[in-house]
Order: sequence, then C-alpha cells, then structure tokens
Amino acid sequence: MSGFRLSTTPALAALALGAVQAAEKEYCDWEVDNFAVQQPLCGLQGDAKRGRTVALNRSKGNCLACHQMPIPEEDFHGNLAPPLNSVGARYDPGQLRARVVDIKQINPNSLMPSFYKHPDNLNRVSEKFRGKTVLTAQEVEDVVVYLSTLKQE
Amino acid sequence: MKKSFRSLNDTTTPWIAAGLFCAVIVVHAAVPNEPRSGYEYLREESKEMQDDEFMNPGMQTVETGLALFNQEGQSGESCGSCHGEEGEKLDIQRIAMYPVFDEELKKPVTLQQRILMESENRLGNKPLKYNGKESLALETFVRHLAVGEKVNVKTDGPMAPYFERGETLYHVRSGQLDMGCTNCHDFYAGMKIRANTLSQGQSNGYPVYRLKNGRINAIQDRFNQCYRQFRADGLEYGSDDAVALEVYVTARGNGLPIETPGVRF
Repeated sequence: MSGFRLSTTPALAALALGAVQAAEKEYCDWEVDNFAVQQPLCGLQGDAKRGRTVALNRSKGNCLACHQMPIPEEDFHGNLAPPLNSVGARYDPGQLRARVVDIKQINPNSLMPSFYKHPDNLNRVSEKFRGKTVLTAQEVEDVVVYLSTLKQE
Repeated sequence: MKKSFRSLNDTTTPWIAAGLFCAVIVVHAAVPNEPRSGYEYLREESKEMQDDEFMNPGMQTVETGLALFNQEGQSGESCGSCHGEEGEKLDIQRIAMYPVFDEELKKPVTLQQRILMESENRLGNKPLKYNGKESLALETFVRHLAVGEKVNVKTDGPMAPYFERGETLYHVRSGQLDMGCTNCHDFYAGMKIRANTLSQGQSNGYPVYRLKNGRINAIQDRFNQCYRQFRADGLEYGSDDAVALEVYVTARGNGLPIETPGVRF
C-alpha cells in the first residue's frame, strides 16, 4: 500500500483500492533464510514440464536471454550470466527459489529480473504490468522444479 | 618454535598473494570503463555501412535536414540565412558541447531543443514536435556537421545538478523487470543477450539509424525503447528528467568522436 497514489475521486479510489487488495490477496509472502527460500510459494507444487515452457517463453522466464541451457534446439543462448546446465546439482530447490524470486537478495548488482517481488516495491512500472509479478507463484514453482532436474554438466 | 613460525609463513604467503590479487581486481573494477563507441561493438558489415556515406541510410535524414535548414520560415528567413546554406557558419566545437546550460531558461537544453526554440522564436514558425520527423532531421543534419569532433559536455558549475540527476536515473532500477541502465551497460558491454551484443550505451552516434527498426532514432527515443523492454514508463521527450539523462549519458562519452548518423543494431 505504501507508495500507492490515491485517485482524486472517491469512486476511483475505491476501485483502485479494490484492485490493490485483490493483488495482495494473490501475492504470497516469502522469506529468505541463509540465501534460500525453503517454503514453496503459496504452498504450491511445481511441474518440470510446465517449468521448461515458462523458462523458454520470451515474455515470462526468458532465461536464454542471458543463460546457456541444455536446450540445443534453440540458437543463440546469451552468455552474460552463469550457464544453467547443472544448476540443479549446485543448488537445492530452496536456493533456486530464492534466485528466481528475487536474485538481488543474494547479489544486489544482478541484472536478472526479480520474478516474484512485491509489486509495491517496483519503480515506474508501465500500466500494462502494474501491480503484477513477472511470474505467478505457480510459474515460479514450475521453474524451480524444472531447474532442479538440470544436473548434468 | 622457529620451524612452526616458518611453516605458518609458508601457508600464509599464497593467501597474502591471493588477497593482493583480489585487491587489484577490485580496484580495477572500480575504475570506470574507458568510453567505447557503439561502433566498436558492430559487425563488420554494419561498420562499412556507417562509414560509406552512400550506403549509410541515415544520410537520407541528413539530406532532409539540409533542405529544412534552408526552408524559409514566417520571418522570410531560414536557418541557412544566418548559419550558411550548408551550416558552415555554425561552431562545431559548440555543437559537440550539447546539452549546454541555457542562461535564460536556467537549465540545460539539448541540441534539438535549441533548434526548435530558434525555429519558433527567430523564424516565427509554428512549434515543432520534440522528436517529430522534421525536428529529428534538423538535429541529425546539424550534429552531422560536427562529425569527428569530440563530445565535450560540461558536468560542473550549473550543469552539476542535472548531471547528478541523470546519473541517478541511469542507476535507479525501474519497470517490472527491475533493471537500470547501469546493470547492462556498465557491467556487461561486449557480452550477449541472445544474439545481440550489449554496448556501453554511448550516445556519440546519435541520432542513429537502427537496423532493428529501420529508421532514424533520437537518443531520448532510444532511452524509452530500453525502458519499454524492462516494462517501465518512458520519460517524456524534452522533460527535465529526459534531458538530465541525456546530459549524463552524453557526458559519460566525453572524448568520443561524434559519428552522426551512426548505424546501430
């Protein structure tokens, strides 16, 4: 709620307030402990196959923009971030979740989007995306399960 | 006693060396990048396209700008009446200093703002739209006159608060993707986002012809193209914030040669 500007008319304000409350109802809080978020978001169970789709989708995970991945059918993997080929061997699901949810909790200089940061804590978001996280809680859980399966070098 | 002291020494030496090595890396990383033009990150074909005036698509805009420069305004005069038909009476060292501090407005103005003000106030023309086709063509023509001149934007005195505001905007994260200019252009120049090579985000080639959208692009337009990519609101053309960011980004490339019209991806 902080940082939210009230509209000039009460009717609009009430409408906007309703929208914010709805967004907050959907948003599940998380906690970083020892560089990990142990609890699945909203207690949801992820699915690796769906997670792979989310990871590839250019308007969702878009991981290939910066990371190399074991996805040979796609050309031109980005190279400015660590390869994800064996990321599931390096990190447990809680550590992976922390990195997907909000990498800046671990590396404040990272350029990686915070895929599940509270929308109130974002700056100048364009109208279309305002009040929303980049990924839904379910999509985060799907990606975490998918990344956990990447164990081969 | 002596022996154990020496063995301690033997094990610590590599650690001291490693520590010094890290310190060197940290110091090195803290030194700002040497400015490098976006030209250096281009593929050879694109460099050739920029270098050859007949191949460079931006030269069409320069030609359009030249025609507008000599177009009579309401006053019966044109830009060329005072500045020469080819703009030869303009001071190219001054062009390379834009954005400059305007004593009357008490704030910095960009080269395009200066041209629009002159067109309206001296030639009596209807106000032109910031980054409209004609405005951009005029700016491209005028800046092209200073090709090879080194970018030389003032950052001290009355410019300092605007430079600092621009620096803040450059570093602050925005948009749903929560990124700032610095996160790509200071940290990862030369590396790849998919097939695209990131540059330092220098403005010395602007206005540039972008191969990606097939048209001439103003620097403030380019800012907003990045903002749109990270799902943030853009800055209004000619607003104090957009000008401040132009001041910072341009000054960040002080010393680079003007390349207008550059060719970029």
